[in-house]
Amino acid sequence: MSHILKMIAQRLALGLVTLFVVSLIIALGTELLPGDFAQERLGQSATPETVAALRAQLGLDQPFHIRYLTWLRDIVTSGDFGVSLANGNPVTEQISERLRYTLWLAFYAAAISVPLSLTLGILAALFRNSFFDRFANASALTSISFPEFFVAYILIFLLAGAGGVFPSMVNFRTDPTFSEYLYRAFLPAITLTLVVTAHMMRMTRAAIINLLASPYIEMARLKGIKPMRVVLRHALPNALAPIINVIALNLAYLITGVVVVEVVFVYPGLGQLMVDSVRVRDMPVVQGVALIFAAAYVLLNLTADVLATLSNPRLVHKR
Amino acid sequence: MLGFLTGLFWVAVVVIAALAAGWVFRTAAIAVAPKKVAKALRTAPLTASFGMLMILVYIVVAIFAPLIAPFGETEVVSVRNAAWDDQFLLGTDNLGRDLLSRLIYAARNTVGIAFVTTALAFIVGSVLGLLAATIGGWFDQIVSRAVDVLMAIPALIFVLLLLTIVGQSIINMILVIALIDSTRVYRLARAVAMNIVVMDYVEAARLRGEGLWRLITREILPNAMAPLVAEFGLRFCFVFLTISALSFLGLGIQPPLADWGQMVKEFSGLITFGIITPLLPAGCIALLTVSVNFVVDWQLHRASGLKE
Repeated sequence: MSHILKMIAQRLALGLVTLFVVSLIIALGTELLPGDFAQERLGQSATPETVAALRAQLGLDQPFHIRYLTWLRDIVTSGDFGVSLANGNPVTEQISERLRYTLWLAFYAAAISVPLSLTLGILAALFRNSFFDRFANASALTSISFPEFFVAYILIFLLAGAGGVFPSMVNFRTDPTFSEYLYRAFLPAITLTLVVTAHMMRMTRAAIINLLASPYIEMARLKGIKPMRVVLRHALPNALAPIINVIALNLAYLITGVVVVEVVFVYPGLGQLMVDSVRVRDMPVVQGVALIFAAAYVLLNLTADVLATLSNPRLVHKR
Repeated sequence: MLGFLTGLFWVAVVVIAALAAGWVFRTAAIAVAPKKVAKALRTAPLTASFGMLMILVYIVVAIFAPLIAPFGETEVVSVRNAAWDDQFLLGTDNLGRDLLSRLIYAARNTVGIAFVTTALAFIVGSVLGLLAATIGGWFDQIVSRAVDVLMAIPALIFVLLLLTIVGQSIINMILVIALIDSTRVYRLARAVAMNIVVMDYVEAARLRGEGLWRLITREILPNAMAPLVAEFGLRFCFVFLTISALSFLGLGIQPPLADWGQMVKEFSGLITFGIITPLLPAGCIALLTVSVNFVVDWQLHRASGLKE
């Protein structure tokens, strides 16, 4: 087992290095900004003294490496992302509540889409080239190509609006109970599900079909084992690694790709915050959100790597 | 329940009509095309034929937009928010511009910009990828590690971050998206070229004293072309969707230039009243990406030689 732990430690270290470089790129962003932040914020009529005062207050008069290290230290030690340029509130405060809602939405969508896409993928592999398979494939390809807002507005058109059942805008002004949440966030979750399910289903199907051509599967078939059992007991365990990878990629997509869906449904998540901040070029907020997204992305890919290795006995019991 | 059944009926009608159009197009194309192309076309499934037909229609509309559109792109021709009638087939927008004309001109803007961006990403990505595979050593190491880091940040988030830094304009958007996308192209081009570089005939070409440029363009590129072309289609879809998403978020193509994503946003308020206007530009985007995907799917299937 020890080499597994060693591998996990290695991957973790690599992930940390990646995150560090990413944070460096993100921090370099402010450095490359054309013009002066303080000047831009105060406008043309500001006196040189006020501009200088604001620069000192924001720490802009320090050299880059000191600013970067302070920024990083604050984040690591106290989770402090600095102060928003647009409204002067602490960034951490703005992010933390929205992060919770974004994660909620991602989990909600994942809870529907992962079992659904695995089932559909296995069924499509089992009945490949049948009408069901062709239909599932064509609709998967179609829904992959749809932009998220198209799916979202079709759903709103069908399920919300005049005589509709579900709300087209998500409103959390009062803290929702669990069932209320499920009801209010139904449309965004279904939109995300439709977007990611197709991809996961296609990859599951491809992974299993790839394996079905191998000799040991043919052997199992010749023994007279039922097709369902061949797929579930013989093919699926070996197809786990690619499937886990795809699921992780799509979960990463769920967390980061929610931007458009959040804007459509006015869902109070991180994506919406990011878009609003990009519009007014509120750099500290954009940096903080980007860092969180990147961390989630790196972490999920890392987990996928480790899980994929663990699912392969040849790698676990390496001689 | 009845509404659902009518909906299902219309979906079926549209699908059958699309497949029929694909069949007609395929038959016509086989009759017209030279022998070699016609042979390849015979293997095309109906979905791919339909895809090719639609791509052709989009190209024609984009090129001849001023001839097809009944009114100018930014011309105010009527009262605001006019309903659909004989003169303004799809009504007018909130400034009184003809919606149909805007949709037609948007084909030119959105598809054109997406195409330029993809081409740029492709040139940068594949040149770097082929170079890295051919030269190897430190060059390969440096570029590959840089690409690894760039790919560790999710694409749309990175685009948003870079757009905050450089400011919003069409040129900036093209450059930023091309940069991010070229990393994906680089990965593929390098992986494909890596398998070719180790072949004997490349070794022989090296020994013959062929220069780097000739080695890449004459020996490696012809064999790496098929997967790269299929990838071009996929990348185009991705870039096109990213630009549309940005425009939808109000960060991409700006008015008065017509753009589908931005039009969806403009009309989005109407959808809750059961008016389908916002679905028209969104549908234009969806139809093009579906078509490209159908064609790419067919090409990938052909290239992989899968017979299942």
